[in-house]
Amino acid sequence: MNALIISAILGVVMMFSSILLKQKGAVRNVAVTGIILLILVNILEMGGTVFFKVNTRGMIVFDQFALLFNSIIFLATLIYLLLSAKDMEKVGVNYAEYFALIFFILCGVTLVSSFKSLLILFLGIEIISIPLYILTGSDKRNLKSNEASLKYFLLGSFSTGLMLMGIALYYGARGTFSTVIDPLITVTAKPLLISGMSLLLFSMAFKVSAAPFHFWTPDVYDGAPTVFTSFMATIIKAAVFIGFIRLFDDAFEQAQSTWRIWIAVITAVTLFIGNITAVFQQSVKRMLAYSSIAQAGFMLLSLYAMNTEAKEGLLIYAAAYCFATIGIFAVLAKMSDYTFDGFNGLSKKEPLIAATLAILLLSLAGIPLTAGFLAKFYMLKAAIATPNSLWLVIFAVLMAAVSVYYYFRVIQAMYFKEGSTSSSTTEFSPFFKGAMLILAGLVILLGLFPDILVNWLYF
Amino acid sequence: MVAFFLIFLPLLTGLLVFFIKEEKLVKGFAFLSSLATLTVSLLGLTLFKAEEHLQFTAQWMQPLGSSFSLKLDGMGQLLCLLTAISYPLVFLGSWNSSYTKPSNFFALMLLAQAGLMGVFLAMDALLFYFFWELALIPMYFLCSQWGGERRIQVTFKFFIYTFIGSVLMLIGILYLQSKTPDHSFSLRAFYNLELTTKTQSWLFWLFFLAFAIKMPVFPFHTWQPDTYEQSPTPTTMILSGVMVKMGLLGLLRWLLPVLPIASYVWGDVVMSLSIIGIVYASLIAIRQDDIKRLVAYSSIAHIGLMCAAIFAENKSGMQGVLLQMFNHGINIIGLWIIVEIIERRFGTRKISELGGLAQKAPAMAIFFVIIALANIALPLTNAFAGEFLMFNGLLNAKSNYYLWFTVFAGLGIILAAVYTLNMIRKVFYGEVNTITAAATDLKLNEKLALGIIVVLIFWMGVYPQAMLDVTDNFSQALTERIDISHLFRKK
Repeated sequence: MNALIISAILGVVMMFSSILLKQKGAVRNVAVTGIILLILVNILEMGGTVFFKVNTRGMIVFDQFALLFNSIIFLATLIYLLLSAKDMEKVGVNYAEYFALIFFILCGVTLVSSFKSLLILFLGIEIISIPLYILTGSDKRNLKSNEASLKYFLLGSFSTGLMLMGIALYYGARGTFSTVIDPLITVTAKPLLISGMSLLLFSMAFKVSAAPFHFWTPDVYDGAPTVFTSFMATIIKAAVFIGFIRLFDDAFEQAQSTWRIWIAVITAVTLFIGNITAVFQQSVKRMLAYSSIAQAGFMLLSLYAMNTEAKEGLLIYAAAYCFATIGIFAVLAKMSDYTFDGFNGLSKKEPLIAATLAILLLSLAGIPLTAGFLAKFYMLKAAIATPNSLWLVIFAVLMAAVSVYYYFRVIQAMYFKEGSTSSSTTEFSPFFKGAMLILAGLVILLGLFPDILVNWLYF
Repeated sequence: MVAFFLIFLPLLTGLLVFFIKEEKLVKGFAFLSSLATLTVSLLGLTLFKAEEHLQFTAQWMQPLGSSFSLKLDGMGQLLCLLTAISYPLVFLGSWNSSYTKPSNFFALMLLAQAGLMGVFLAMDALLFYFFWELALIPMYFLCSQWGGERRIQVTFKFFIYTFIGSVLMLIGILYLQSKTPDHSFSLRAFYNLELTTKTQSWLFWLFFLAFAIKMPVFPFHTWQPDTYEQSPTPTTMILSGVMVKMGLLGLLRWLLPVLPIASYVWGDVVMSLSIIGIVYASLIAIRQDDIKRLVAYSSIAHIGLMCAAIFAENKSGMQGVLLQMFNHGINIIGLWIIVEIIERRFGTRKISELGGLAQKAPAMAIFFVIIALANIALPLTNAFAGEFLMFNGLLNAKSNYYLWFTVFAGLGIILAAVYTLNMIRKVFYGEVNTITAAATDLKLNEKLALGIIVVLIFWMGVYPQAMLDVTDNFSQALTERIDISHLFRKK
């Protein structure tokens, strides 16, 4: 509850800061202070200190899982702001407003991670989506950005429509919006519930860009300004996943036998399309867009398995994936050339950046010692515990082996290819280098000792 | 603590080497580090033989059911000793080569050593998997950065191959872990599992693929000749001398004892593949003009024989394999040292372009001939003892086709003599030509490295008992564990 209210207030504060503060550096500092404040109040709430007592009639419940997830998201946002906030200046003139929108999105994220009523889920998803449409189109003079925004808006509203329809059908079947199910009450209108469930499944799959609902992803991610692509591909995706898993864990637990096979198929298709298409990309930005689809495929395994390990694993996956991708995007945003060749010879020019980038890429590829390995490990471990899942697990690891191909292309470019002397990258500030180093350290630390994260769940 | 130091000494020094800039200093430091590791390994064999020194356990990833547990058993002793001996030899033998960014090169070499030691020592499946991959990553960077012209594609193929194998193995590990009563990754828990024949069968292939790619066994060998050829020679030495033993160790520690029924059922298939590999690789080796590729193919043949002997599933075969793992490592490193010298002096590795080296460089010729004869298992050399035991094992195999296996494996020995002697004849004898006219003999460091190898060859050839004693208990326990005859008796 702390984070929900304070993030909303911070959004308003950021809007006013554009009038009150003339310097961009000051605006940035306010935003970073704000996010640190959010982390602090959220951790306090995990310890039991709640500042705001609001009776939500059971529609929002901040349990340990939700709070821990919020902390991860806020931490990722902090890293994101530290690495990329400066690059937002290049996007457009409304510098402070971007931060305001980000804080509003975080407000939506806290709703999505803690809903117990479908209405709240809907509210949360919309609070996340609408600022995102704006951020996507924030590069106003760029045609691609405009196109991406429009495309995202049209398709996004369509999927929102599906979601509303699904919620309505759910209400029709159950007579309540609440996702807390009394196991004694049997639903008589089974078809209503199942069709409501499938509509919700489709709309959520759209939001996490799972195939075959992924077609908007590459274009929108490619068209949006790179700094905001980073935010969309990581924090938003992870947040929607938490909503996804909560929804199917609570509301549709009884229908698990029905949706499990659907999820299995969606997972396999997502893994296949994401990984195979990423192999053929020439631009690192588009590659990362497809890689985000591929990683979503792996995260879907947690939904498929839906056991304790899956939920713990999703937290680790969210952290590992967000940290690594934010770092890679932050470097990408500073490159002048987005193709793989643009990274040629980076290890000679910027050894530290190249080394940290390599660690982040290894993490995404799932090599041991990094958080990415453990994340994948948890997912596989959860999935293999469910019966008849062997085909899916084997398929998933083969696809993970495919993913090595495109992640390593960047490493090969950085380390083993000669860069042309003319290609100029923007200078990396010592502060940026330090932040990248800490990020890489964090990825390795999480890869060696996942307990530090998971133990928070059982405080 | 011996086990602990074997990993952490190279790991720590490897990380330190990154920060040394002076090339001479880097080389010296890396050499000293490898000597220190060798000392630790020898101490483990002699002074600190007691159980408590050879074990190390620490808490790690407790909630996942894993722990950081290391142990030096007979096979571990042998392979760690091999790794520990290889590194000083490699550094000494290639002392005269210089590399761009030497600190990175030697740091990665030492990190690879830490990874290899970890693989040989890990008694926990998750830890084993960790080290399995960690040994690979430095190798990938070493080969891609300092290798030949086609290094990037070739090394990448190698990496993807092994990665596919290892992720399949990961699934196998995860499945076994989910079947253990206390959800533990420890080796002991795996050994106590009782699985049905059907389950064992598909698990067998998940594991076997990973190990087969690593060894490599026909038909998973296609990455190997290219990688050996393109890698910088010190890396090739480690790859072929030590790293392929990861696959064999995997079979002996993680496959046969865990899935004994499937190993018995599929034993014939695996042995057939290995034997096909022996003949096939030997035939190709005869046609090779590049010395590096010739040695690479001969290595496939040797590994094939070891793999076949493992699946003979008797003590003589096991002892032979363990001994031969050590010998093969020593011999092939010796061959590579001379190949590298030839390449550095003459700028070519083509057999057809060389000739008459024996007149110009008699010492090199003597060393090479001894090592090459050891490689084809002449009596009194080390490989003879190992191969003798392995053939004995093959002849006593439970398989119905044991005679065929033995005959065709024996054919491999004959073919090995053909291509090795042919190479010696063309490279060291015959006319001196324009390329070899300016040949000079070995330098002191090269003599030293090769001298040590020759001493080891004769020592192991004349008195292999020292090594066999080390591994005796291990082979005994292993053969008892994989013996499934009691299952037949019940029915």
